[in-house]
Amino acid sequence: MQIAGPKRDFAPWTDPGARPLLHIEAVTKRFAGAAVIDQLSLDIYDGEFFALLGPSGCGKTTLLRLIAGFERPSSGRILLDGVDLTSVPPHRRPVNMMFQSYALFPHLDVEANIAFGLKQEGLEHREIARRVADMLALVRLEGFGSRKPHELSGGQRQRVALARSLVKRPRVLLLDEPLAALDKKLRGETQFELMELQRRVGFTFVIVTHDQSEAMTVADRIAVMDRGRLMQVATPVEIYERPSSRWVADFIGDVNLFEGRLGDDGLSIEGTAAGRLRVAVKPEAASGAIVWVAVRPERVRITREPALPGLDNCVAATAVDVAYLGDLSVYKLRIRGGSEVKATLANTGGRLERAINLGDAVWLSWSPEAAIVLTR
Amino acid sequence: MRKFSAFNLAAIIVGMVFLYLPVVVLVIYSFNASRLVAVWGGWSTRWYAELLHDAPLLDAAFISIRLALTSATAATILGTLAALALVRFGRFRGRLLFAAMIYAPLVMPEVITGLSLLLLFVAVAVDRGFWTVAIAHTTLAMCFVTVVVQSRLVDFDASLEEAAMDLGASPLRTFLSVTLPLILPAIAAGWMLAFALSLDDLVIASFTTGPGATTLPIRIYSEVRLGVKPEMNAVCTIMVAVVGVAVIVASLMTKLTGARGAAA
Amino acid sequence: MRQSLNDSFLRRAVVRIPYAWLFAFFLLPFLIVLKISLSQTAVAQPPYVPVFDLAAGWHGLVAFVGKLSLGNYVLLGSDPLYVLSYLKSVEIAAFSTLILLLVGYPIAYAIARVPRRAQAVLILLVVLPFWTSLLIRIYAWMNILQREGLLNELLVAFAIVKEPAAWLSTDTAIYIGVVYSYLPFMVLPLYATLEKLDETLLEAAADLGCPRWKIFWLVTLPLSSSGMLAGVLLCFIPIVGEFVIPDLLGGSQSPMIGQTIWMEFFGNRDWPAASAVAVVLVCLLVSPIVIYQNQAIRAVERE
Repeated sequence: MQIAGPKRDFAPWTDPGARPLLHIEAVTKRFAGAAVIDQLSLDIYDGEFFALLGPSGCGKTTLLRLIAGFERPSSGRILLDGVDLTSVPPHRRPVNMMFQSYALFPHLDVEANIAFGLKQEGLEHREIARRVADMLALVRLEGFGSRKPHELSGGQRQRVALARSLVKRPRVLLLDEPLAALDKKLRGETQFELMELQRRVGFTFVIVTHDQSEAMTVADRIAVMDRGRLMQVATPVEIYERPSSRWVADFIGDVNLFEGRLGDDGLSIEGTAAGRLRVAVKPEAASGAIVWVAVRPERVRITREPALPGLDNCVAATAVDVAYLGDLSVYKLRIRGGSEVKATLANTGGRLERAINLGDAVWLSWSPEAAIVLTR
Repeated sequence: MRKFSAFNLAAIIVGMVFLYLPVVVLVIYSFNASRLVAVWGGWSTRWYAELLHDAPLLDAAFISIRLALTSATAATILGTLAALALVRFGRFRGRLLFAAMIYAPLVMPEVITGLSLLLLFVAVAVDRGFWTVAIAHTTLAMCFVTVVVQSRLVDFDASLEEAAMDLGASPLRTFLSVTLPLILPAIAAGWMLAFALSLDDLVIASFTTGPGATTLPIRIYSEVRLGVKPEMNAVCTIMVAVVGVAVIVASLMTKLTGARGAAA
Repeated sequence: MRQSLNDSFLRRAVVRIPYAWLFAFFLLPFLIVLKISLSQTAVAQPPYVPVFDLAAGWHGLVAFVGKLSLGNYVLLGSDPLYVLSYLKSVEIAAFSTLILLLVGYPIAYAIARVPRRAQAVLILLVVLPFWTSLLIRIYAWMNILQREGLLNELLVAFAIVKEPAAWLSTDTAIYIGVVYSYLPFMVLPLYATLEKLDETLLEAAADLGCPRWKIFWLVTLPLSSSGMLAGVLLCFIPIVGEFVIPDLLGGSQSPMIGQTIWMEFFGNRDWPAASAVAVVLVCLLVSPIVIYQNQAIRAVERE
């Protein structure tokens, strides 16, 4: 799984003086008594590419619809540029949405679809025609203007839907699982196109997705949601390298968790299934508290001999499952006590050692810097 | 496993023969030169010619057509509104009663609806005639229109309406620019159904009509209850032909427009 | 819950206009029928007393209520004519609905198995007769069933009977007419349900060892129950109150309830009695009507 490095020199959320474009304040939404969104507060800044990520049912689409105006919050409020949107109906909000099903009007051709929103603004014909032509060029669909939606491929329809929303120059563009209907390869290409597009037009994009790698690829910041609550809001790097909880660590990518007690010096954790573990950064917890050490599979080294026997972060294991995925191999290894550890190794081709097979007895180790301590 | 067995084929053939034989016989006999059914006197169009001289019959036909046009249009408007309310408006107060009032007339025996409407008109001392029949037909037909339009609305992708509003169209604009064009075939089908219902109705018209508003079915009924009449064969054949052509044309048209709007 | 049409005024109008219409022209008349059923016949215009006169004030109202009576209902109970008529109607409706089910199911099933494109054409052919007047279609049967009609000709020609039989003015003719007229009402809902049937369920049943007939009995039939219920209700309820078919094809010895109402109304000019007959009929049919309504409402909400 690839992680995007530091994206760009753009981080308004770090500036204490910056005012957010979209301010969601203690919003709760109930359906039939059950809270689908629970006291959720969030700030999104102008020009951000923001992702709402979470398992199905976590409320991310509901949050999007609340921003668009198709649902009203049971309590709390949403402010756009300081203006309270609660009483503003959807057709009057400076917010536009790209629907998961694209929702292209089947009885209108591509040009008319894109022009629809501009017509509602009452712009004059020539201006509309110009903006539509510009937009067609931007999404690379010149010449498709008089086609009808059913004459387009899935990828083309997606671009028309995008164009239709973008042409209105909204303050915030909401995208509801925009790439879900595309096949893997197209999805990968379109992700980069979307990022490009957002850079060029400069609008704030809020994307809803259940696909972690998509969120990690395109977003400046990600909000991970579970059951109506925010679990963590941070940049992709922070979320992966420094998850705030076991849930987030487990949700994003794979992780090995070792439960133990924090030692007196704050840097060692006793009593884990892998013995005594050492970390490099002192966690915020009292000595003796129960904590979890999280180690990503790609940071686990597999060796035939123990690196230095008796040292911390080193444990004997047996390979119980080997999966070859082309670019890397995933190993499941069982340690004393029965728990399983996952390790991934890139198949670089350079053979340092013999390949590891099922049943082999090996040693696992990792550096203290590779481990994160989680307190919840 | 969509196997089509001999039994299935037999069922369809027998069914179709059963459905169409009587009407086919009727059409054939309308060209029977002889007055007696038992005797086949050769092909002739004399009964059609005699129709043209039957003034009361022609009057009745004219009234029936005007009536059908009026009530079909009114029923289509009312029925479409009702369908919108049922499908798009969620749970509003009185929805249950509203829905009950829509579905009940579909099954209620016509003698009851006819009788009740007549008593209403008498109670408010309204002169019975063309307009009372029109009101009665509108009331019955609108329920059928509702059912037809509603089934189209239910299949209709609601996110199209949300998209329109998201792009700045007010609810009314959304209905006019997006919803209406796409449900138009269903509305047209509803109109035709209402038209046919009004044209064909005997019982309700008998109860609610007045002097000077004798409809075609009432006229035909008064002629045939005493026995088979050859001129009636001719009238019926014409009506069957007109309706048959109209329905076939309409369904061909919906097939053509259906392909375009199928995505919705 | 979505908020599609926010504009309050328009929204209220969309509901209120058809609501008001139906209330005035469907519901209200029923109340009037009820009231008339409690009145007595009179040689006057309108032909019943008491007449509800708003101008008469409170005393008028009290006097009005005092004149209402259950006399008509007593008459219904005492005269066997009415009881027999109700029974006859229910009997004919029940049997013909059963015949419709037995005849209509194979047709609907067969159409559902035909390749998609042909299905639309076949359904159109089934529905087409429905578009022509009931009157015309029944009249067509009169042509065939009369003494010199086609049926007798064929029967005599094939020596099945020695001489023409009287088919008209019999119950058999009524059954033929009813089944003929109501077939589309049975076939359509059945077809709608059977067409949606998930083929893979049938394949799974076969895979688990069921022979063809068992698949039908254990899987297809139960899954088409909602279509059967709709078809049964769509046929049974109106057939009970049928007028045209028994009037043109049946005999006068035992009229159905629709004919009875017609006779009381147009023949005897006894509006109150006719109203009472109608009220009792509606009461009889209330349960199936309510079941039908619930079914229909639930079908919409399921979407």
